[in-house]
Amino acid sequence: MGIDEKKRFLDQYQGSGMEYDLPKDFPGKVIPGGNGGNIVVTALDSVINWGRSNSLWPLYFGTSCCAIEMMQTGASKHDFSRFGFEVARPSPRQADLIIIAGTIVNKMAPVLRRLYDQMAEPKYVIAMGACAISGGPFYYNSYSVVKGADHVIPVDVYIPGCPPRPEALLEGLILLQKKIKTEHAKTKVNPIDGFDEGTL
Amino acid sequence: MSNEELIKLIDTWGFTLQTTEEGTEFLTFTVRKEDLHEFCRKLKADPATHFDLLFCVTGMDWGNELGVIYHLASTDLKHEIVVKVMTADRETPELDTVCDIWRTAEFHEMEVFDFFGIRFKGHPNLKRLFLTPDWDGYPLRKDYVDEANMVIK
Amino acid sequence: MAEIETENKIKSEEYFVNMGPQHPAAHGVLRLILTIDGETIVNVDPDLGYIHRSIEKMCERDSYQQIVHLTDRMDYLSSHINNEAVCLAVEKGLQLEIPDRVKVIRTILSELTRLASHQLWWGVMGMDVGALTTYFYAFRDREMINDIFEETCGARLTMNYNIPGGLMYDIHPNFVKRVKEFVAHFKTKLPEYDRLLSGNIIFINRTKGVGVLSREDAISFGVSGPVARGSGFASDVRKRHPYSAYDRVSFKEIVMNEGDTLARYKVRILEMWESLSIIEQLIDNIPEGDHLVPTKAVIKLPKGEFYQRVETARGELGVYINSDGNKNPYRVKFRSPGFSNLSALNHVAKGGKIGDLVSIMASFDFVIPDIDR
Repeated sequence: MGIDEKKRFLDQYQGSGMEYDLPKDFPGKVIPGGNGGNIVVTALDSVINWGRSNSLWPLYFGTSCCAIEMMQTGASKHDFSRFGFEVARPSPRQADLIIIAGTIVNKMAPVLRRLYDQMAEPKYVIAMGACAISGGPFYYNSYSVVKGADHVIPVDVYIPGCPPRPEALLEGLILLQKKIKTEHAKTKVNPIDGFDEGTL
Repeated sequence: MSNEELIKLIDTWGFTLQTTEEGTEFLTFTVRKEDLHEFCRKLKADPATHFDLLFCVTGMDWGNELGVIYHLASTDLKHEIVVKVMTADRETPELDTVCDIWRTAEFHEMEVFDFFGIRFKGHPNLKRLFLTPDWDGYPLRKDYVDEANMVIK
Repeated sequence: MAEIETENKIKSEEYFVNMGPQHPAAHGVLRLILTIDGETIVNVDPDLGYIHRSIEKMCERDSYQQIVHLTDRMDYLSSHINNEAVCLAVEKGLQLEIPDRVKVIRTILSELTRLASHQLWWGVMGMDVGALTTYFYAFRDREMINDIFEETCGARLTMNYNIPGGLMYDIHPNFVKRVKEFVAHFKTKLPEYDRLLSGNIIFINRTKGVGVLSREDAISFGVSGPVARGSGFASDVRKRHPYSAYDRVSFKEIVMNEGDTLARYKVRILEMWESLSIIEQLIDNIPEGDHLVPTKAVIKLPKGEFYQRVETARGELGVYINSDGNKNPYRVKFRSPGFSNLSALNHVAKGGKIGDLVSIMASFDFVIPDIDR
């Protein structure tokens, strides 16, 4: 049981007999875990990554129902401040994680893009809930919903659910911490480079 | 007052109306669009009817005509009616506003303009409320087509 | 004389401040464009649509059972009551006879939802005014209610337990015991929570006499719910047009006449006591019977118009269904309580300061997806 036994990074699938193919018309690029380098992480990197992953400060951004489950995760029964997410800042200049909790509509998409641009590097994005992953229950017959927040900004971790339980959100946050611990600080690829043109 | 007394009283006012009670639980009057403002003003001002609460404003597209449905209630005399008005002009539909009679109509008429395109004469601040100001078309009409955004199922 | 002359020499201009869609006190994505003279508010102009998900257009291509699933996401804090509104409208159209067991269980779940919503309101109102402790106490009690819902309905927030014809499955055997334990626990806590805020001198100075709404204005703006009852307009749908099991329980309708923020706060706290009393009257005598009246798989309402109103935690929600005999409705309109309450905000906030605007908005208790639909 636990996170370690499940394969979450795409390069873990290769060579194991369970080949995972991207669809042919997939417009983006998947940056595999271990961003910027191979498995061996230097000692300096491990210190920097430890510092970055254990004190991520989220931004107050909740548009609809998933925001209530995010507030429940911050309250006393399931507490995310024991993982370091204690200080939630209202200003994007002081935050380094944005948890998109809720549906993104056409009128809100430029606002989200502007908030992401105002954050300082290194910054991470979590898409929480079915609406932020792919439009959710509002996929069909709706003229104003953006079908997935990754049309607007690049996303690191996807958490399914409608709304996801607080335990699911905590698992997503721990997965992000694991992902940050395998990075190379010098040769890291910023996901926003080439995002607008579609090349990467 | 019961429905029969209301019909008798409102008939004495001399407006051209169609009255019906079928297919709905409320007494429904369909009024011509020229008479709308005067009819509503009398409904609120007359002490025997005194409809001072407008609780629902619905824009409607009946296929050929566009229109608005008003649900009215009285807080002290405890009766409720429905007033319908329609216009056959789909290019530039125009109706009178009732926001000087009931102040809640200011926001509701902005919503009807946003989704159906009906302009209200005399409204203080008619603008698009929910959609962006440069949105093309009126979404809740039955002939609205939007291939870019909508995935139809 | 000299004093007046120097005052007249200082010129000031009005300027615009944007309380943007992403704001910690905005309760969602509401954008307010404030016109300010010094620190006094001259005009408040709301800009909506940042969470407009076109639910009414989607309902025209869905079947009636699928509409219930969409109403959950509108006012997500009273999701059970929203589902009940659509189910009652469809049952009125089909003229179904609902068993007593279903009515009583629906009423108990509605009152639990109202308690959960008012608890979250209390926690967030304290946080907006500056008291951070209330947030943690409120969410602790909400967790207990969420556990009860999860055991019976399967989900914590968006429940979909009501379907046209009754309930999806019968209640869990532990339901009655857990509700009784929760009621006994909450009765010891509610006086403590009330004393925390309502005796506090800072809270009283921030809310007494602030944001006064008179009775005539409340009726003209179409305001409903605790906002209207704090201004003397008795508008509780559970008393005026009773539905489900509300005609067989006895409870008081709380009305206050001052019309300021403190009156709206007190109305909600007293409503929590009334909800506890309704649950206590019903929980011991749930009648036996079926939990569902079978309907056809494809529901077709007869041609006509159907209107059903219920009392959510924010006010009167109205569901208007216009059907032309097909399996999809022709037009569905949701009369949301927040939209009419928002239209009164400009009138109430004029002449106050921005700090007053924050406490007025907290007492109006907006949920923005309910306004934008």
